[in-house]
Amino acid sequence: MPETDLTGSRIRDRRLALDIRQSDLARQVGISPAYLNLIEHNRRRIGGKLLLNIAARLGVDPRTLSEGAGTALVQGLQGAAARLPDAGAEAAAVGELARRFPGWARLVAMQHQRIETLEGLVAMLTDRLAHDPELARSMHEMLSVVTAIRSTAGILSAGEQIDAEWQARFQRNLYEDSRRLAQTAQALVEYLDASELAAAGGQGAASGLPQEALESWLALRDFHVGELEGAEACAPEDLLGPETPLGAVPATRAHALRYLRGYRADAQRLPIGRLSEALETAGALDDPVALAARLGGGVDLALVLRRIACLPPAAGRAPVGLVCCDGSGAITFRRPLEGFALPRFGPACALWPLFGALSRPLVPVRRRLEISGHPRRRFIAHAIAVPAPPASIDAPALIGATMLVVPLGEEAPARPSAAPGGAAASSSAAPAPGPQAPCREAPCRVGPGCRTCPQDACPARREPSVLHDAGAVAAGVF
Amino acid sequence: MAKRILLIEDEPNIAEAIRFILSRAGFGVDIHSDGRTALDAIAARAPHMVILDVMLPNRSGYDILRDLRAAPQTRTLPVLVLTARGQKKDRELAERIGANRFITKPFANSELLRSVIELTAP
Repeated sequence: MPETDLTGSRIRDRRLALDIRQSDLARQVGISPAYLNLIEHNRRRIGGKLLLNIAARLGVDPRTLSEGAGTALVQGLQGAAARLPDAGAEAAAVGELARRFPGWARLVAMQHQRIETLEGLVAMLTDRLAHDPELARSMHEMLSVVTAIRSTAGILSAGEQIDAEWQARFQRNLYEDSRRLAQTAQALVEYLDASELAAAGGQGAASGLPQEALESWLALRDFHVGELEGAEACAPEDLLGPETPLGAVPATRAHALRYLRGYRADAQRLPIGRLSEALETAGALDDPVALAARLGGGVDLALVLRRIACLPPAAGRAPVGLVCCDGSGAITFRRPLEGFALPRFGPACALWPLFGALSRPLVPVRRRLEISGHPRRRFIAHAIAVPAPPASIDAPALIGATMLVVPLGEEAPARPSAAPGGAAASSSAAPAPGPQAPCREAPCRVGPGCRTCPQDACPARREPSVLHDAGAVAAGVF
Repeated sequence: MAKRILLIEDEPNIAEAIRFILSRAGFGVDIHSDGRTALDAIAARAPHMVILDVMLPNRSGYDILRDLRAAPQTRTLPVLVLTARGQKKDRELAERIGANRFITKPFANSELLRSVIELTAP
């Protein structure tokens, strides 16, 4: 049964969990117990005011009843299934699993995320073992000293007569080598400790990868770095001392410094106060193109997109996601947004406007997006690609793209574009209309990436999906 | 006459220990510590056997071994490779380019001595 048709089951589960009698709930919301019984057995559809009333009586968000388990949880389970496709996880039942056994589902999703994090860490450490000259030098030094100690100790302990002069020499060698070994081991431990500090992020970063460490650090601040805002802004370096979570490891510090310098430059070009004022006038986040035009004075769209993603949390303001990529399509920055899955490793969905923008530099791209498998989760995305100023006349041309994603409210169903691949690039390329102009085109169905996307017929598919019952999923099972 | 071993090893305390072990067993041991001039040292001393460290200053032991196998005078010279990298692929590489024996650091003195005796046996 499609997940959207299980609203009644969720009402029943919730009611029973709260130990409320069916007749009591029916009376409270003004319907007959028989009608509520039909609803609870999914034999009558429910929506509108009645759903709101029942949700209020049951103390849950109406979306929890109508959509089932959280999107993030379902996406987490899909990711777990994608990891081991041979296990034969029933893709069509993922929503039901999350609804009926939310605790177990969360456990699977969290373990999946943990495995991904650890795999990233293992890859980083493997890479470090293979390529980190400091670690290679330390290990070689330790093995050399251990070899010398073992051979010398072997000679001294063999029980054979050794000339006194040689004996003294070997004892001296042992002493020197043991000191060297202690020093080398201590230096190695300090080096690895520093890596571990970065891996832990000091305050919650999930892995030692520089990009992950920075994004985890920013997540703790809701991606708003107040210290770099306003006239009293500090220098980015001040946030990256050796004792700080991002400052302990050179690679992480260098990555963070580059980002924070860019952040401060953005903050100087478009102060938060000016942006907030313009947003108050605009009233919504759904048209940053018009916002950029209104701000004028050297404020370009990419800057507006980045700065919106740096706004401090405010009541009534929708959360946003931000994704940046370079000219190769590699994701260079992610601000996650619930319901809009961003792959932690591997390539993302080629239909994201982010990538369409790369082919048309400086042309704003706007697109309504609908997440595959989640018919009701819709977003509006704005993207633009901007070439980087060349360092010299013969320097390679570099380009980067930025995409802001804002959730849209629940809407009347619209027919998704049939061929999202071409449509995403072509129909989204038109410059944005005026302020607050609605974006009326059909939404483009996108996914996080091919492996966990159920759309079989997608023209942008680069590899098979691991979701088995893809057709059923695409039909709205989730 | 004692058989001559040329030990090419840049770690002085390892070299000293090996020299002691082999000398006591009746071998004559010369030590050379630089990769770049190792071939010259081999040509000058004409040893019965070479013990060759892999990670040497200025030149890899593997490169030295390749040159030894390419030259008619040293094509059959017994070479024992000493290395801290003991993975299967390292062993296969050493054998492919002509090492007669492959020993991983840290090693047992008895293992080294046994290998040298075997490789210098008539």
